[in-house]
Amino acid sequence: MKNRPRPLLDTPFWTPGMLVATGFMIAGIIVLAFRYTKGLGYTTNLSYSYPWGIWIAIDVASGVALAAGGFTTAFLAHILGKKFYKPITRPALLTAALGYTFVALGVFVDIGRSWAIWKPIIFQNHTSVLFEVGMCVMTYLTVLWIEFLPVIAERYGEKISILKSLNKGLDKFMWIFIVLGVVLSCMHQSSLGTLLLIAPTKLSSLWYTPILPLLFLTSAFAVGYPMVIVETTIATSSLKLSSEMDILSKLSRIVIILLGIYIALKLGDLIYRGKFWNIFDGTGQSNSLLIEIVFGAIVPWIMLLFDKVRNSRRLLFIASLLIVLGVLLNRINVFIVGFNPHFAKCTYYPSIGEILVTCSFVSAIFFLYRVFVTFCPVISAPKEGGRK
Amino acid sequence: MKHISRREFLTSIGVAGTSMFLPKDSQAWKSRAPENPFACLVDVTRCIGCRKCELACNEANNLPEPEKDFEDKTVFEEKRRPSDKAFTVVNRFFSNKKQDKEGNLLPTYVKIQCMHCQDPACASACITGALSKQPNGAVYYDVKKCIGCRYCMVACPFEIPAYEYFNPITPRVRKCTFCFERISKKGGKPACASVCPTEAITFGRRKDLLQIAKNRIKQDPGRYIDHIYGEKEVGGTCWLYISDQPMEELGFPSVPKRPIPKLTETIQSTLFTYLWSPIVLFGVLSGIMAINKHKEEGNEK
Repeated sequence: MKNRPRPLLDTPFWTPGMLVATGFMIAGIIVLAFRYTKGLGYTTNLSYSYPWGIWIAIDVASGVALAAGGFTTAFLAHILGKKFYKPITRPALLTAALGYTFVALGVFVDIGRSWAIWKPIIFQNHTSVLFEVGMCVMTYLTVLWIEFLPVIAERYGEKISILKSLNKGLDKFMWIFIVLGVVLSCMHQSSLGTLLLIAPTKLSSLWYTPILPLLFLTSAFAVGYPMVIVETTIATSSLKLSSEMDILSKLSRIVIILLGIYIALKLGDLIYRGKFWNIFDGTGQSNSLLIEIVFGAIVPWIMLLFDKVRNSRRLLFIASLLIVLGVLLNRINVFIVGFNPHFAKCTYYPSIGEILVTCSFVSAIFFLYRVFVTFCPVISAPKEGGRK
Repeated sequence: MKHISRREFLTSIGVAGTSMFLPKDSQAWKSRAPENPFACLVDVTRCIGCRKCELACNEANNLPEPEKDFEDKTVFEEKRRPSDKAFTVVNRFFSNKKQDKEGNLLPTYVKIQCMHCQDPACASACITGALSKQPNGAVYYDVKKCIGCRYCMVACPFEIPAYEYFNPITPRVRKCTFCFERISKKGGKPACASVCPTEAITFGRRKDLLQIAKNRIKQDPGRYIDHIYGEKEVGGTCWLYISDQPMEELGFPSVPKRPIPKLTETIQSTLFTYLWSPIVLFGVLSGIMAINKHKEEGNEK
């Protein structure tokens, strides 16, 4: 390996972005203080008809989808043994670990009885899709931090001897955790799509399909690498590092296949169920689906077909960002936009408090990402203009 | 030596995984509905909107005093929904266009509460099994298991479960209990059914009530439409309604005839009985990983 992952202690930490992130985090903590003193009713726009809002749709459902970079790169680099992609595994793993940490935190603050979050371990209901999702997310979160442990041990192992010995002991079994991570991901990525199938009278037929779990799984496959491209591009430009375009553009070739499969399934399903022309009905919901499919999947897919796009840092970033936003919109569509409760007095729209908490969680992920890449050997990309 | 044993181990996992391919008893979905549970028959044509049932429910469940008195008829000016403070409410409709001699529209009153589905979506969805279908028919809520995830509220096709949104630490899901304690005692009836002055609510065994409903419709076909709402809806409910007009005109949602949890439970049991699919996937992936590792080591030599 030419470039080993290393801490970036020489880059400035308190950039304007970090200050904005800190501001959001403080705002989020204030809202959560109200949530735990006055209740969810005081801080959110949730109702009997809309029991789930953006904390579930964005922080949890989208958070899980967008953390798919972790298991998709682990599959490529560790299971298929493509060493070429190794430099991106650690950043992707870190994003996944942080992403899932805040998925768990999102669930924690959203459920009414946060202190009872452990209860599904004891009181298991095996018919519940949510039970399976919960168990998978809980286990996978643990697996992710176990996978990340060597990174921390590499840096602090000399100082904290228990870390070193723990790491040494785990090394032999690491393959189990890597494989388990991929298996658990396939399970709950798809089951997140099964969640809303319990509400056939509420979820719009634009999205309600028995293959929703398959669509969730294939879209998670499709969004994994674009997410890695987006985060690597943001991180390397923010930290003024070389952009690793050789890896990213090669990665984007795989996206063509994965996203192609998703688009084929998505359109095929709409045609099979006779709902295809309903995309053009012009209602709010059908427009939202139209945007999701056209700008979130088809346009970036066509973009990626061109060498010019795949080799241009800027265009590749735009195409990848479109895919990321497309999957984000898909999850929001399924969990909120497409959700039609019969007795709703008014349509759900997130409150300022809900938006602030979601922003604070995203900010915290950015913030902690910066903390980890600064102090731990995560990133391998050399300094910009440096030797490649 | 170590590597060989690891490979052997991996292979054995793979073999074990594939041999578990498709267990036999994972396929057909079966209803877990009790055979002949307690039920209630609501005869909408008999209800006079006196709201005695609301009062009785309030007292039986120690619910807080409402803003407007139970005698107050102005509550009918808007369509109400059950809430954390009222497990049942009566609404007034003028949808059948029937008039009295002076030409005033005649109202229809409809009581709503938890339908106590035979195959309840809420209980299937509940992450901890805090909601469960009891043999006596009640869909029972055990607060000790509840974590407040509100998936039951997402799942319920009738949008019945209410929630204490303004309780920050220990909010409960609130809904009609079918007076579980009362009906568990011999001869016990739900509070609402026992107090109804016009016998608009009949309590009994579900099969008997279906028969009573059919007889009433048969004996007075002019009074009723030929449909028992709840007989087939969502696979059957323990609260049954007969009426002079479709229940959908009286504020009820139109729901499918199949049990709501059927699809998700079929998907889950097909994929995850004995965890066969994750085990197979684990076997296959670790096999691929071992082969690639082996190749790589070969190349290094």
